[in-house]
Amino acid sequence: MRIPCPFCGDRDSHEFVYRGDAEPRRPNDDTGFYDYVYLRSNVAGPMQEHWYHAQGCRNWLVVTRDTCTHEIAGAVLAREAAR
Amino acid sequence: MSRLDEGGLIDRTQGLAFTFDGKVMRGFKGDTLASALLANDVQLVGRSFKYHRPRGILTAGSEEPNALVTLRTGARAEPNSRATTVELFDGLEANSQNRWPNLACDLMAVNQLASPLFVAGFYYKTFMWPAKFWEKVYEPLIRRAAGLGALSRLPDPDSYDRGHAFCDLLIVGAGAAGLSAALGAGRAGLRVILVDEDQRLGGRLLAERHEIDGEPGHLWADAAASELEVMDNVRIMRRTTLFGIYDGREYGAIERISDHLAEPRPGRPRQRLWKIFAQQTFLATGAIERPIVFGGNDRPGVMLASAVSSYLNRYAVAPGKRPVVFTSTDSGWKTAEDLVAAGVTLAAVVESRPLQKVPAEQLRATGVEIFTGAVVTDVVGRRLRGVDIRCADGSRRRVSADLLAVSGGWNPAIGLGSNLGARPEWSDQLHTFLLKAPPPGVTMVGAANGHLGLGAAVLDGMQAAARLGGLLFKPPRTSDDRTDSAPLWHVGAHKKKAFVDFQHDVTDSDVDLAAREGFTSVEHLKRYTTLGMATDQGKTGQLNGHALLAAATGKTMEQAGTILSRPPYLPVAIGAFAGHHRDAHFRPVRRTAGHGWAVEQNATFVDAGQWKRAQWFARPGERDWLETVNREVTQTRSSVGICDVSTLGKIDVLGKDAGLLLDRLYINSFSTLAVGKARYGVMLREDGFVMDDGATTRFAEDRFFVTTTTVNATKVMQHIDFARQVLWPDLDVQATSVTEQWSTYAVAGPFSRALIQKVFADIDLSNEALPFMAAIETLWNGAAARIYRLSFSGELAYEVSVAATRGDSLVRALFAAGAEYEVTPYGTEALGVMRIEKGHAAGNELNGQTTAGDLGMARMMSKKKDFIGRVMAQRPALIAPDRPALVGLRPVNDGDRLRAGAHLLAPGADAIAANDQGYVTSAAYSPTLGHSIGLALLERGPERHGERIVVHDPVRGADVFAVVCDPVFVDPEGVRVRA
Repeated sequence: MRIPCPFCGDRDSHEFVYRGDAEPRRPNDDTGFYDYVYLRSNVAGPMQEHWYHAQGCRNWLVVTRDTCTHEIAGAVLAREAAR
Repeated sequence: MSRLDEGGLIDRTQGLAFTFDGKVMRGFKGDTLASALLANDVQLVGRSFKYHRPRGILTAGSEEPNALVTLRTGARAEPNSRATTVELFDGLEANSQNRWPNLACDLMAVNQLASPLFVAGFYYKTFMWPAKFWEKVYEPLIRRAAGLGALSRLPDPDSYDRGHAFCDLLIVGAGAAGLSAALGAGRAGLRVILVDEDQRLGGRLLAERHEIDGEPGHLWADAAASELEVMDNVRIMRRTTLFGIYDGREYGAIERISDHLAEPRPGRPRQRLWKIFAQQTFLATGAIERPIVFGGNDRPGVMLASAVSSYLNRYAVAPGKRPVVFTSTDSGWKTAEDLVAAGVTLAAVVESRPLQKVPAEQLRATGVEIFTGAVVTDVVGRRLRGVDIRCADGSRRRVSADLLAVSGGWNPAIGLGSNLGARPEWSDQLHTFLLKAPPPGVTMVGAANGHLGLGAAVLDGMQAAARLGGLLFKPPRTSDDRTDSAPLWHVGAHKKKAFVDFQHDVTDSDVDLAAREGFTSVEHLKRYTTLGMATDQGKTGQLNGHALLAAATGKTMEQAGTILSRPPYLPVAIGAFAGHHRDAHFRPVRRTAGHGWAVEQNATFVDAGQWKRAQWFARPGERDWLETVNREVTQTRSSVGICDVSTLGKIDVLGKDAGLLLDRLYINSFSTLAVGKARYGVMLREDGFVMDDGATTRFAEDRFFVTTTTVNATKVMQHIDFARQVLWPDLDVQATSVTEQWSTYAVAGPFSRALIQKVFADIDLSNEALPFMAAIETLWNGAAARIYRLSFSGELAYEVSVAATRGDSLVRALFAAGAEYEVTPYGTEALGVMRIEKGHAAGNELNGQTTAGDLGMARMMSKKKDFIGRVMAQRPALIAPDRPALVGLRPVNDGDRLRAGAHLLAPGADAIAANDQGYVTSAAYSPTLGHSIGLALLERGPERHGERIVVHDPVRGADVFAVVCDPVFVDPEGVRVRA
């Protein structure tokens, strides 16, 4: 599997560390932390995921991957997605 | 000898000697082991898995289920090698498997007498009761009786390489279709990789007598290969099997670099594992001929018709002297013609189709008996002596024969295409499954795409390439290629055992039984009967089983369906996947700059992650490690010691908002830290548990230096990057790992100041200038150096850093300067003893299940700011007062030994989980106190100082009484560190 790192280009997935669902956002107040830390939806289809280019540019990416086909539709820098 | 006098693609000038079961035989270069065995009249090659039935050679390719041998001997012995794909080399040693005492007389064949016990699902039925017999009696029994070859159990002496390749078009299979596609794509300049498992390109062109442009097909293949060979944009990979298709257009292939040699040439790997990334892929994998299910169809001498043609045409071997052809396809008649052309006396052709006019009418003139609308019901003899035929009118005939060539139809080789889950679809025209919707980037081409005829395959290959920009060329003229067939899965009534899966001994009655017992889906059939689960994955026989299941359940083939194939297509040696990552290279070794010095000081090393860390430094006369460690501790506490702490994770955090980011990462504050000062910090995970700890130093308003534990260095770096990129992207802060840039040495003990002063003569090291938890940047021999006044040992101590390139010089300078104070190097054991004496939490306490409160650091948690883990750390269970919390333990009797992992019980309480009050996390012998000490997590521990408790260690010894105490055993007031 290859991941199109916006900084490094297409790279082998072995260079990346997988984190998981990129959807949950860290709450700004004290409520919602349980959901943020523990609750994940079991997506069948396109999903936004956090991957870390540990053996490359060390950027966190938001990768869009179809959980049914493993097809990777694209990746953006998480820094930009978070803004 | 069954070698024909002429013909074949073998090199008769190069004779090769080999042995089979110790008997010396001869073959030629270009032979496979199978063709050479047949040339030496060897018909019996192996014994079957379950019944130990004698088996011969069924095929001439990698789909072979029967002819499995152990190749080579000693450490290079490889069991379950398919004789049909093993290239013959001089000195090859092959041995038959799964027989005792020998192949011809296999006493384990008594299994056949017990065959009623070995029916489908036998291990669920026969061996069910009593359950306790399974492990001790049944499983060993089955394992001994059933099986294939055995591993040598010796280390693999060969090396394996790894390669990565990229291309526009990957073509799998260099038969007629693959070559034609490669020509079209190659001439257009596409980057092409052409892989074929054979040593020679051509596929079936090498095995058949078809002509292309009026010449033998193999010459056309040679010409195509020569043309492709010189194209810079085409890479041909022979002896390479594509074994799997993976996500993202990645393909796994195994190149057999040295398997055709007795042993690899010096410096050459045995095999190379390829990861190929291809924009587009053509599976020009051809088709695999199907056997037919009839009585005794597994007997040596029964062979697929296509294999008979291969042996005749490619290897110039007649596998029998009086063959019968049993066919339901036109291609079977080609084999009949091949036999006649080779001068073999063809006894009869049995055609199941009720044809008025057979595809090779001219054969009648040769006097061959032709039966149409007829089937072979049984073979005669354990080794083929004849066949029983049921004629169209129902009459019976017995024809004597020593070879039966069988053609039941062709299955396009679609297995690889279904690796990613694409469903095969039934074709009524071809009576087989096709892959009409292969995965993205994959195109089925040629026979694999259902174009079974030669002309159609060539055209399909060229056109498929043209759709990707390949050049069209004038299709060559190909000789007539008849491809009609009628499905014939099973012959009806027969007397003898009729096999569906040869390698796993699954019979037609096993399939019927499975259907009767309700295993009516192909997937259940597979698991219940093990059909298709052998090393050949049912490449030849599986579809027959599915057809029998369909018949038994009244379904059409379309309804019954077939199963998907999983990688690997062929067995791949584990060594190939491991590649260079074995033995010492299993994972990288990291050595600190001071490693050489430590070796000179007689260090014993321990693995800390990938790092080699000095564990202790034994001196002459010391009896054991404990004596050494005790000496290192005592000497450090009384004088001075040096410890390499370079493996600690080090991270530079820079920028205007660096302090703010650290405030959010740690439970305590760093934005308030003064420049030139260091502070101990604890970071939590977002779920509220402790993640890591370490000292952080501020060297400027916008410049912090973070240290982490050795093992968490990578994790913390990731965590910091996540925080600054994902959680708070607007903060102006950068972070980078400098673990390997700095070498750091802890110098601890009462004489540490004096020692450092000798090395840094110009620096004011007084308590006023450099107090505890202060740091300075300075120079050492003109290059950057740092001195931190930090202490893990509890003594007056410093950590000194220089660039890693100067680390070796520094540690030698420090050590030399310490000579007058009798300085000792100390390792991780002494470090551990001293930190336990000081009650510092380390890896054993930061185990992912402890909170800051558990470790006595609840008050460090800032209430004035947000930080990761703040909210979740306040969950009721995480702040419950009865949570096990950090305490010290000392044995009531000084001689008793505390051990980490022991559990804590109230005196008199039964040793059951319900009474468990906590456990010992760390323990050591304290030479300072003269007895064993421990750190433990104990329920309500901090309230229980002075209480007696039982330290229960059922694994390693008896219970020990201990007293709960403060975790700081040495210098609780911290006088020494501030000295």
